[in-house]
Amino acid sequence: MPALLTLCRQGKILKTLDFLFQRFVKAILVVLGVVILNFVLIHMAPGDPASVLAGEAGAGDAKFIAQLRAQFGLDQPLYWQLWTYLKGVLTGDLGYSYRNQVPVMTLILDRLPATLLLTGCAFVFSLVLGILLGVIAAYRRGSIADSVVMTSALVFYATPLFWIALMSVLVFSLHLDWLPPFDMESIGANYTGWARVADIAHHLVLPTVTLGLFFTAVYTRLTRASMLEVMALDFVKTARAKGVPKAQIIRRHVLRNAILPVFTFASMQAGQLVGGAVLTETVFAWPGIGRLMFDALLQRDYPVLLGVFLVTAAVVVLVNLITDLLYRFVDPRIEAAS
Amino acid sequence: MNAPRTPLLRVENLSIPLPTGLDREFAVENISYDLHAGEILCIVGESGSGKSMTANAIMGLLPDYLNPSGGKILFRGKDLLTMRESDLEQERGRSMAMVFQEPLSALNPLMKVRDQIAEVMEVHGERNAETRDRRVLDLLEYVGLPDPANLRDAYPFRLSGGQRQRVMIAMALALEPALLIADEPTTALDVTTQAQILDLIRRIQKAKGMGVMFVTHDFGVVADIADRVVVMERGIVVEQGLAEDVLNRPKHPYTRRLIAAVPHREAHDAKAAAEGDLILDVRNLRKTYRSGGGFFSRPRVVNAVNDISFTLRRGETLGVVGESGSGKSTLGRCLLKLTEVDGGQVLFRGSDVVPLSAGAFRPLRRHMQMVFQDPFASLNPRQTVGRILTDGPVANGVSYADAEIKARELLALVGLETSAFDRYPQEFSGGQRQRVGIARALALDPELLVADESVSALDVSVQAQVLELLQDLQRKLNIAIIFITHDLRIAAQICDRIAVMYRGEIVESGPPEQVFDAPQHAYTQRLIAAIPGLHWNPRLAVL
Amino acid sequence: MNFFKRYARNYGALIGLAILFVVVVLAFAAPLIFPVSPWQSVGDPLLPPSEDPAFPFGTDMLGRDIAAGLAYGARVSLLIGVISTAVAVVIGVSIGALAGFYGGRVDDLLMRFTEFFQTIPAFAMAVVLVAIFNPTIVSITLAIAVVSWPPVARLVRGEFLSLRSREFVQAAVVIGQSGPRIMFTQILPNAISPIIVTASLMVATAILTESSLSFLGLGDRNMMSWGFMIGAARTMLREAWWMSVFPGVAILLTVLAINLIGEGLNDAMNPHLRGRKG
Repeated sequence: MPALLTLCRQGKILKTLDFLFQRFVKAILVVLGVVILNFVLIHMAPGDPASVLAGEAGAGDAKFIAQLRAQFGLDQPLYWQLWTYLKGVLTGDLGYSYRNQVPVMTLILDRLPATLLLTGCAFVFSLVLGILLGVIAAYRRGSIADSVVMTSALVFYATPLFWIALMSVLVFSLHLDWLPPFDMESIGANYTGWARVADIAHHLVLPTVTLGLFFTAVYTRLTRASMLEVMALDFVKTARAKGVPKAQIIRRHVLRNAILPVFTFASMQAGQLVGGAVLTETVFAWPGIGRLMFDALLQRDYPVLLGVFLVTAAVVVLVNLITDLLYRFVDPRIEAAS
Repeated sequence: MNAPRTPLLRVENLSIPLPTGLDREFAVENISYDLHAGEILCIVGESGSGKSMTANAIMGLLPDYLNPSGGKILFRGKDLLTMRESDLEQERGRSMAMVFQEPLSALNPLMKVRDQIAEVMEVHGERNAETRDRRVLDLLEYVGLPDPANLRDAYPFRLSGGQRQRVMIAMALALEPALLIADEPTTALDVTTQAQILDLIRRIQKAKGMGVMFVTHDFGVVADIADRVVVMERGIVVEQGLAEDVLNRPKHPYTRRLIAAVPHREAHDAKAAAEGDLILDVRNLRKTYRSGGGFFSRPRVVNAVNDISFTLRRGETLGVVGESGSGKSTLGRCLLKLTEVDGGQVLFRGSDVVPLSAGAFRPLRRHMQMVFQDPFASLNPRQTVGRILTDGPVANGVSYADAEIKARELLALVGLETSAFDRYPQEFSGGQRQRVGIARALALDPELLVADESVSALDVSVQAQVLELLQDLQRKLNIAIIFITHDLRIAAQICDRIAVMYRGEIVESGPPEQVFDAPQHAYTQRLIAAIPGLHWNPRLAVL
Repeated sequence: MNFFKRYARNYGALIGLAILFVVVVLAFAAPLIFPVSPWQSVGDPLLPPSEDPAFPFGTDMLGRDIAAGLAYGARVSLLIGVISTAVAVVIGVSIGALAGFYGGRVDDLLMRFTEFFQTIPAFAMAVVLVAIFNPTIVSITLAIAVVSWPPVARLVRGEFLSLRSREFVQAAVVIGQSGPRIMFTQILPNAISPIIVTASLMVATAILTESSLSFLGLGDRNMMSWGFMIGAARTMLREAWWMSVFPGVAILLTVLAINLIGEGLNDAMNPHLRGRKG
């Protein structure tokens, strides 16, 4: 206990508690904000909220509309409606999809793993490749390798994601027949165990690469810029004055300092990655929540649309929260700054 | 001292061309000097003299676009300029080491102190981690850092400026190099810290018999530590010799000019300032900064200005002297209501301005003006000098035509061409810009002028001119000046009274003679003892 | 002037300018070159490119001219790109300027608000907004503006925050200038170049977002757009590659051009700012 007391006296624990408290409150507020935003959108949409929620298909069903009215208390005052809606969301009730005849939450939870797999792979792919290329470009600044990397990054940064997806299907699936163009698993094959893993991995290649390329371009540019910036800092000169060879300077001094801002940026881009997943999953018929969102769009299935929006926002908030916490361990300066 | 035959380091006719399109062709041109083992050689010059350039050339740390075009740098007889990079790497850190100006940015922020020091030994072949560890501990102890066992695990941001510079020195000493290059190592430090670091460098140099090349702009520092001196002007060595000779019998006109400009306590003709009207009466002024803190932890509280009282009369100059963090700048900002005040009164011509709202105070602002520190940041780069000078009067209801006439008069008054009116700040030198800043303040006919470190960013010769201008203007316009500075020498040169600030409080105040000759407070005594070149009188050198 | 000289030294930026010039001309001249609506069937369906000299880029499954679609699509892309960026910049600059200049509570409140919009997935939100308010050119433009202002606000806030403590701004306070006057005459002119650079890059992003929305079927039904063309070509990928290739190249070139211009502006404007320390 005395050790703990000393720590308390130093304020270290209290500071950390403060930090955790702040971040959790912030995360919860953002999610709450999205819930309220959803509520506002339903009410701002042209037409009766009940028919908006029912969607084009359900609007003809009088019984369903009446049920919705009761569920959301649409004859009650607005703040009461909001309260009812909030209560529903807190208990995991995101509404009911008339089209699919299942609760929205069930639909989303069903699809979420596929999306997490895809975005996770794309994230790792783009971050690893982007940092690698960025480091090479910075290390060999002005070389041919640098120009090639930076020009490709510029091009991929300007290419619409859905179009790369289509073009890769055109080339690698339709013409070369190397990789499967659609779905997550071979239909009817019923693989199990490692065979199934291999099958999914095979299906994963094209979506991952397409989704990842745009972000690879972003991280490449960022890493290179960050490396060059750090290489111009004084402590790099100190390292040279110590007689440290160039490669070791890059590895030990420049890289860590340069990569921190790339990580920060990457975690801030988690939301963008989800947006990209909507497009990628649409093209590759990947059975994730992005595809779910697209289907909901086609069917004007608003409860699903809003549900997906809320869940993706929550996932992004969670990712940001985790990075914030990790950062506290990686960068010694943060504790002092907060 | 008997210098050995072959010098440790010989710079021979070194020339480094600048990229085309700059104001001169060479960064350094045809310079030669020797450095012997066991001596401290000071390279002294103003900014742009090329004094740091040679230091970097020796270490092979010049930026890519600068390449020596001629000459040799012989280190123990071997030419460093023709050496392969890998061989140079062997020498760097082992037989020659360098200490830089800015100790915070010179240390890797993400690496513990011990690892940064140990790295020198590691890259030069010390494989045993335990040996390295022991050596790190010894070194930290040797450079006088407190509690080395704990401090070695700290990250640089946790250390004070002086501690960081000690870490840098420990790192440079790790392999006991024969040559130590120190590039303005004390410029970023407070004067008391500077004195300690200078002491340390001298002590180490004596103990290890190293050759030290010490680059500085401050003749006071030269007087304190140099054995021999090289004076540089615009890339050329204008004079070199024993410190004793150069300091006391300078031959070259440039050296003489520089030494004449070194701030020094003047014999004051006691001015009858005490008879002027009371302009400012500050009573129990308080300003507290709070930072951090949250739901669980308490905020950090700093009393930046703690219960300060003083008065100021028309035509009087009050020097506020203190080190960084003493609260001297906060005091200035409080007086002009550039920051919220937490308590006390500021009576300007008898009425308290503290309770006034921003809007109610604005009409009074013209009476209290400020001259800022940074000649580059204090003028809006997007406005012409004319606009800068007329903005104030126009904001206070003067017509633009009148403001323009006044502005042109002011330009002449501060010693600038009236054609400066239509030009942008970027076209002027630091000293000229500072004159514009003074003209801006005077455009409103103020009764009180707060000068916050107004000459500390300037080269010493320019500094002397601006100080002279300020004194001259005060005589003509009879305004009251609060002169905030970290440099006791300057305060002693131009102020009627000096107030010494330490941790938010005025610990001592009085006329310069009293503060200098009979300092009462322990801190004042420390501050005065730390003045570089205290025992050297530059005025005698250029009689 | 100096600025143009510096800009002209950057070949990429010049190429970007040339491409953008072509796209703009095409957008303005579309009704002159292709008097018939791009929705109208004008030839045989699924003509491959250069088979019929009248249709150098081929036709789609309904016999509509791809070339006409490309020209009219340029109008939508540029229109939405520029207007949504303008709206986003106005929102972002206002919020960022107030937060950065006044600081304290105002800053806290506005920045929490900005962070909220920055955290939630931008594209998903744009999809939801457009879907709920029905896809029209107005709703699309506003939706893109709503999801793209936060970076501007943060940038402007940062600039204002750092410029506010700069000595020349302090000097403006000391000579008695009022708050709004200081914001407009002292701070804003010094913050304008990063805003211009960011805005130019935002136009590129907005064009990408617009094409993605219309690819998903969330485009204005009355206006032909590149994203819609690619979306419509999706099912014909095997039969008619040209239907999706050409609009994609059009987007790629336009966005690339604008990015190149943005970088050129950045390079040309920044030394001017750094010149102060020189």
